[in-house]
Amino acid sequence: MNAEALAFYTLAAMVLAGGGLVVLSRNLVHAAVSLVPTLLGVAGLYVLLHAEFVTAIQILIYVGAITVLILFVILLTEGATGLRVRQRNEQVPLAFVVCGALVLLLWGVLLRVPWGPPAGPMPAYNPGAVGRSFLLPYVLAFEVISLVILASLVGAIVIARREE
Amino acid sequence: MGVGGLFGALWQVELVRMVVLAAVVFTFLAVGGPLFLVLAERKISAWIQARVGPKHVGPHGLLQTVADTLKLLYKENIAPYRADVVLFSVAPILVAVAALLDWVVIPFAPGWVVRDLNVGVVYFAAVSSLTVIGILAGGWASNNKYSLLGGLRSAAQMVSYELPLGFSLILVATITGSLSTVRIVEAQPYPAYLYPSVVVAAVVFLVAATAEANRIPFDLPEAEAELVAGYFSEYTPMRFALFQLGEYGSLLASSALFTTLFLGGWKGPFQLPGAGPVVNGLVWFVLKTYAVVFFLMWVRWTYPRFRIDQLLGLSWKVLLPVSMVNLLVAGLLMVVVR
Repeated sequence: MNAEALAFYTLAAMVLAGGGLVVLSRNLVHAAVSLVPTLLGVAGLYVLLHAEFVTAIQILIYVGAITVLILFVILLTEGATGLRVRQRNEQVPLAFVVCGALVLLLWGVLLRVPWGPPAGPMPAYNPGAVGRSFLLPYVLAFEVISLVILASLVGAIVIARREE
Repeated sequence: MGVGGLFGALWQVELVRMVVLAAVVFTFLAVGGPLFLVLAERKISAWIQARVGPKHVGPHGLLQTVADTLKLLYKENIAPYRADVVLFSVAPILVAVAALLDWVVIPFAPGWVVRDLNVGVVYFAAVSSLTVIGILAGGWASNNKYSLLGGLRSAAQMVSYELPLGFSLILVATITGSLSTVRIVEAQPYPAYLYPSVVVAAVVFLVAATAEANRIPFDLPEAEAELVAGYFSEYTPMRFALFQLGEYGSLLASSALFTTLFLGGWKGPFQLPGAGPVVNGLVWFVLKTYAVVFFLMWVRWTYPRFRIDQLLGLSWKVLLPVSMVNLLVAGLLMVVVR
């Protein structure tokens, strides 16, 4: 086994173990904290794909901001953090069925896609390329996403300020 | 970028090299961080308040923190009643490791950098944001309302101040056209017509870095008068020391990054007589970094603590708009001049 494969399997094990903990933890805070190794493992996989910019952004946004936000919300919600709060209900079998169907669907897609060799060498420095593609070919999608985020921000403020 | 080389020749050699480098950086962090900075902080605070400070252990109290560390190592680790023991133990390690990871991209001298990532500055911002998770987890796991409040305050504060900090980084990246810390140092001094923008960005960076390191006037997560000691109220010796290591480590790392971005890194005003480029670079880098540290300590012992709403207001209503306008102005100037 070469180093790249070793690194890949280590990272994959980290992602899967973390993901398992997120789903199976009996405590909501543990589940949220388990997101950290999972997302860091995904960041490591990006390093293996030579996508350093995506790696840094993955850590900055997902680990540093979104996980913190999730933890923040859980800790501010009364009753969600207690060890005795039930984290599961009677729909576990149904959830397994849905997940199994999703796995089958993804498996089907994976088998059908022709996985050819990558098209040409990777650019040496990608942040500039990422920025250009946001502002030139994908500018419409980019602006639509910003509108969605703006709308959700306004919505959050409206909900939070209902008393007035 | 080194990841290509990571699997190049002999990965076992590379692995050993990384472990050794990690040990070296961690030792530097532990000695240059808490051990020296706590002493410096106590001496400087004493000097500012016309006191003497630590005096009796070693010459002029130089060994005071060594004695303190030994005492901390002797004591027992205690977890509070009904605390979440796993998270309680992991949290301080997470904080210390996040502070350690900051140092990967800091260039000490020409060629002296653990790894010159081509996204170095973004990496720094990303890794330093990991600290919050440790602080939040530690605050919650302590099973103490003051710890929890301290953790929540810290999260609110760090998430708010990441944005102005990020804008300062973006300004520097825009001017130099690179995110690599080594290239940023090489690109300095910046063009003269951009000095006003750079100065604004530097001030914003310094304020935001102080807030990210949870120091006075922004040390609300551990405001003694309200929260006992904030998120580490319940922590006993070595784990408490790890939190301190993380705090002083990130203070030192922020000062080092400030030196790298705004003070020319390893470049000095003149070449030291008889010194090679590495020694010359190291001396200037360390001098500048500790000058920034001294400035931050001076601020700490001069100003009182903010209130939480003032603190968050300063970030969202002052620093963020100022840095956005600043970036816009700098961008316009660069387009006009070119």
